[in-house]
Amino acid sequence: MLHLTPRPHSRARARCEALTAKEVAGSKHAMARSVGAKAAVEMDGGTWRFPADQALRLDSGATLAPLEIAYKTYGRLNAARSNAVLVCHALTGDQHLASTHPVTGKPGWWDRFVGPGRPLDPERHFIVCSNVIGGCMGSTGPASIDPATGKPYGLAFPVITIGDMVRAQAMLVEALGIETLFAVVGGSMGGMQVLQWAADYPQKLFSAVCIAAAARHSAQNIAFHEVGRQAIMADPDWRGGAYEAVGVRPEKGLAVARMAAHITYLSEVALQRKFGRELQRDGLSWGFDADFQVESYLRHQGASFVDRFDANSYLYITRALDYFDLAAQHGGVLAQAFGEARHVRFCVLSFSSDWLYPTPESREIVRALNAAGARASFVEIETDKGHDAFFLDEPQLDATLKGFFSSAAQARGLS
Amino acid sequence: MTPVVREDFHEILRLVKPGARVLDVGCGTGELLELLTHEKGVDGQGLEISAENVAVCLSKGLAVVQGDGDRDLDYFPSRAFDYAILSKTLQQMREPRHVLNELLRIADQAIVSVPNFGHWRMRVSLMTRGRMPETRALPDPWWATANIHLCTLKDFTDLCRDLDLRIDACSALVGGKAARPMNPDGVLENWRAETALFLLSRRTAAEGA
Repeated sequence: MLHLTPRPHSRARARCEALTAKEVAGSKHAMARSVGAKAAVEMDGGTWRFPADQALRLDSGATLAPLEIAYKTYGRLNAARSNAVLVCHALTGDQHLASTHPVTGKPGWWDRFVGPGRPLDPERHFIVCSNVIGGCMGSTGPASIDPATGKPYGLAFPVITIGDMVRAQAMLVEALGIETLFAVVGGSMGGMQVLQWAADYPQKLFSAVCIAAAARHSAQNIAFHEVGRQAIMADPDWRGGAYEAVGVRPEKGLAVARMAAHITYLSEVALQRKFGRELQRDGLSWGFDADFQVESYLRHQGASFVDRFDANSYLYITRALDYFDLAAQHGGVLAQAFGEARHVRFCVLSFSSDWLYPTPESREIVRALNAAGARASFVEIETDKGHDAFFLDEPQLDATLKGFFSSAAQARGLS
Repeated sequence: MTPVVREDFHEILRLVKPGARVLDVGCGTGELLELLTHEKGVDGQGLEISAENVAVCLSKGLAVVQGDGDRDLDYFPSRAFDYAILSKTLQQMREPRHVLNELLRIADQAIVSVPNFGHWRMRVSLMTRGRMPETRALPDPWWATANIHLCTLKDFTDLCRDLDLRIDACSALVGGKAARPMNPDGVLENWRAETALFLLSRRTAAEGA
């Protein structure tokens, strides 16, 4: 069986090894559990450093070089190179799809989705997940060194788009020796990347799964992001984006951005069920402590987020999302984005209580796919867990995707 | 035990050409699409209103979109399919005329089955009981039925003429028995056919009235 191992430059390899060491140190318990559960899973990855002549062309007209992409793989590429699945992560996700996160020591963000008998099975699929450009987990982003100055980019980093993220992924996929992907899968921002893949590289796709996403950012989406960005930029420690040189971090601003965003990932019903008006301790403080459990929960969300995420990355990635409008890239007609993707097997899923990317947004996508004559499936999954339902235990989501992947595998000739 | 296949499905299976592109409107849990995929190798697409049913279809590997036949047919491109199938659902549509027109815009041929309100059981039931008929073909009481646009065989053939649709084939289905080819304008058929199944196409301009 053919198995391609990356040939990263020595600097990248050193970085990759450092991450692995950190992973082990990060949480022995989590590591042991994950090894036990996934003994058979072949894990690989690292940081792919593209040679200087392979710059990334950006939609803004700028170019990005040198380009590094941090990624993880699970399973083996088969001899026919026909079983590769690319998973695209959401706004604050990363390449640690199903392996222990090196900073938090927590299981991968879609751990429950990857494994024997699960929708993505490393015994059958070669699963690739990479950190988006602009991110902060090893791929080139605003915290990377700007070759022009020898200092971190900060705000000198060019504005990027979902299209740029996908173009970088396509470079990685090609570098890994994959001509066509059995599937490209993603939720939320990951789902937007899936749509962009279908528009830009249809010939490289066999199937595509877009979960809880939209073909463009709505005014409300942009508005919430603007609140987050303003919170970061209002933090005196942001220093016009050059905080790293001074050795500070705009943690308060980033935490507030996360708190506001986190509300949009839940539903009112879920918040009510989880917290209601429950108090932290007996009685009110008659002050501004976190009296309510929901306040304490949000503060915790904000505080733990700043440990693993970079404020400038948050600015750049939210901007990329706001700029996303797939129809606008195709003469205002969304169906035209999928004109070359008629052979792709699409599965579009939405959640009934998702008010960030509500079901009508997914229906728009499905109608465009139908209009383009593509093979589309769509279902709205009934849940009260809101937008974040795709991370959580949703049996209907698992069953649906298992069925979709197994029938696609049959059509693809994968055993 | 071999699964029981509905008689109308047998007839649809007989009508559909192998390898065709098929849209099944109101596909339920996908039995017909599965059958057509396995037996005729069709490239099938379903439209179904119930999320639970769609999930069942997807887990079977069928391409099915959750949607409403009354609204969502408008979004399919013209002549995207060889056949559009509407099995015992037309009478539940808000606008049957629009739906029929849409089916024959989207597909070259439509396969439509409708319960015949002119069947003798309906007539006898109404005449003797003086109440809305409850028969084996239409078992629900009036206040619970999803059927809002019931018609007789004659009503349906009138509508086809109205919409300039050609009846390419027609058969009668009577509870559990094999489909029987019939002349939809035959005098007795409006009494005898419990359910009627039609293969329809749009008249070309050359054939026009």
